[in-house]
Amino acid sequence: MGEPLLVVKGLNKRFGAVIASQDLSLEVRAGELHALIGPNGAGKTTALGQLAGELAPDGGSILFSHRDITHLPVHARARFGLARSYQISSLFEEFTVLENAMLAVQAHQGHSFRFWRRAAGETALREPALGVLERMGLADRAGATVSSLAHGERRQLEVALALAGEPKMVLLDEPMAGMGAGGSLNMTRLLLRLKGRLTILLVEHDMDAVFALADRISVLVNGACIATGSPEAIRENAAVRTAYLGDSAFA
Amino acid sequence: MGARRFSIVLVGAGLFAAIPPLAEFFGEPFLVSLFSRVLIYALAAASLDLILGFGGMVSFGHAAYFGVGAYTVGILSHHGYEGTPLLEWPFELAGTSAALLAWPGAVLISALFAAVIGALCLRTAGIHFIMITLAFAQMLYFMSVSLERYGGDDGLLIWERSAIPGIDLADDVTFYYVCLGALASFVFLAGRLVNSRFGMVIRGAKQNERRMHALGFPVYRYRLTCFVLAGAGAGLAGALIANQTEFVSPELLHWTRSGEILVMVILGGMGTLYGPVLGATALLLLEELFSTYTEHWSVFLGPALVLAVLFARRGLFGFLAGGTRSDG
Repeated sequence: MGEPLLVVKGLNKRFGAVIASQDLSLEVRAGELHALIGPNGAGKTTALGQLAGELAPDGGSILFSHRDITHLPVHARARFGLARSYQISSLFEEFTVLENAMLAVQAHQGHSFRFWRRAAGETALREPALGVLERMGLADRAGATVSSLAHGERRQLEVALALAGEPKMVLLDEPMAGMGAGGSLNMTRLLLRLKGRLTILLVEHDMDAVFALADRISVLVNGACIATGSPEAIRENAAVRTAYLGDSAFA
Repeated sequence: MGARRFSIVLVGAGLFAAIPPLAEFFGEPFLVSLFSRVLIYALAAASLDLILGFGGMVSFGHAAYFGVGAYTVGILSHHGYEGTPLLEWPFELAGTSAALLAWPGAVLISALFAAVIGALCLRTAGIHFIMITLAFAQMLYFMSVSLERYGGDDGLLIWERSAIPGIDLADDVTFYYVCLGALASFVFLAGRLVNSRFGMVIRGAKQNERRMHALGFPVYRYRLTCFVLAGAGAGLAGALIANQTEFVSPELLHWTRSGEILVMVILGGMGTLYGPVLGATALLLLEELFSTYTEHWSVFLGPALVLAVLFARRGLFGFLAGGTRSDG
């Protein structure tokens, strides 16, 4: 595993009396698949929102690729190669699957102040878009409109959009959300194929998936990171067991 | 474009091209000036469709850029006719009736107003955006009322139409075809635009702004550019209407005018570019028809609009052409 790509130091965020992030520190190494787990309300999604730039932290800093990105807007972080996917699929409903992917590719090919050429006919957009759809198992659905997709396919496209710009790192917010066992397994298989090709921070509730995929796991409780380590170390960790008491994954 | 859409557009274009000979044949020359008006409003509506139908920006102040374009032509022509300078400081600027100066000037000034107003309005979204575009447009309306030098409330007569060397704009038929050319060019260029990379960004931002940011698009500057282009299109329409009626007045910028243009787009079909042309045609012809019977003609318009919104979500054009996607 390489040097740290994402370094989070002392992140704090509160919503009124609710503490969402409390002195949250985290290091994600280049090339690893790092899972972020924790009970409901532990502040995982809030943490992800601050990393992606949709939420401004009250305090602390975020370093990405040796650059302080704490105060950068969302689109600038994406341009630096820090992409994200959403827990609730956030797609372009009127576009086809291919158009969705092509738009995501376009975001990383310089400015879009190009007014004349038909975007749909550009190989420079089409080829990489088809490539990412292939990787996420959607190649045969390229021509379908998004509104006609099944839930599992929408989740696959959701991740595909995050990957389309060839980011250095991707933040995946519960890619298995709302899926049955078969869908989860399929998504796990797809993510396994991505592993090692880019750095991934995975927020996920599905413990089978987390333990099958993660190189390292961080555990979030009440907005603070209480443990980081290999899946085996986390499984044996007493504090984690207490936090997760009763969860079958740790029983 | 599907075969059905294509044939509808072709038939429509053919009908517009045939209006002057038909008017002559039936001995109704007023039809030429009526349809000139239709074409000009169609241009204004198509320009609004760029931001409304494709960009999801509900501007309730589009008449402002229409009016600014008209006043630019009117004021330039006024000074040209009087032989007085428009500006003495910081540089001398004379008035003019040359279309090749006045019209691009109108487009530029409208674009400039759209840039300033858009830059502020696009900081907001939703209902706030609607209200603030309306507020700015009304501000310009009252400004035009206060232009005592140029007729204030009463408006400004234009003594001569703009002139293009070799083309007699004073001739109504020639002027009609110039309007038709302007509309056709605008719709063609806008059609290229909405399918270009730029267009994909605008349409993507309409569907899912949050995701656009997450993908790495600085959405604001694309929207602002689109807003300015739409303002420029309305400015050209304004330059034409000033010549068509040979008169400009604050009426052109009034909020009811913005409402009318908005109705043309919605009635004809948002996000289709051709729809607004159809909408402008339908609205102005209905107005012409009903207003000979009653001055309360909008009583009929209201229900027609409700029906259009309820039963043809893509407006008249969507109803005729079928299809559900905004693919220009």
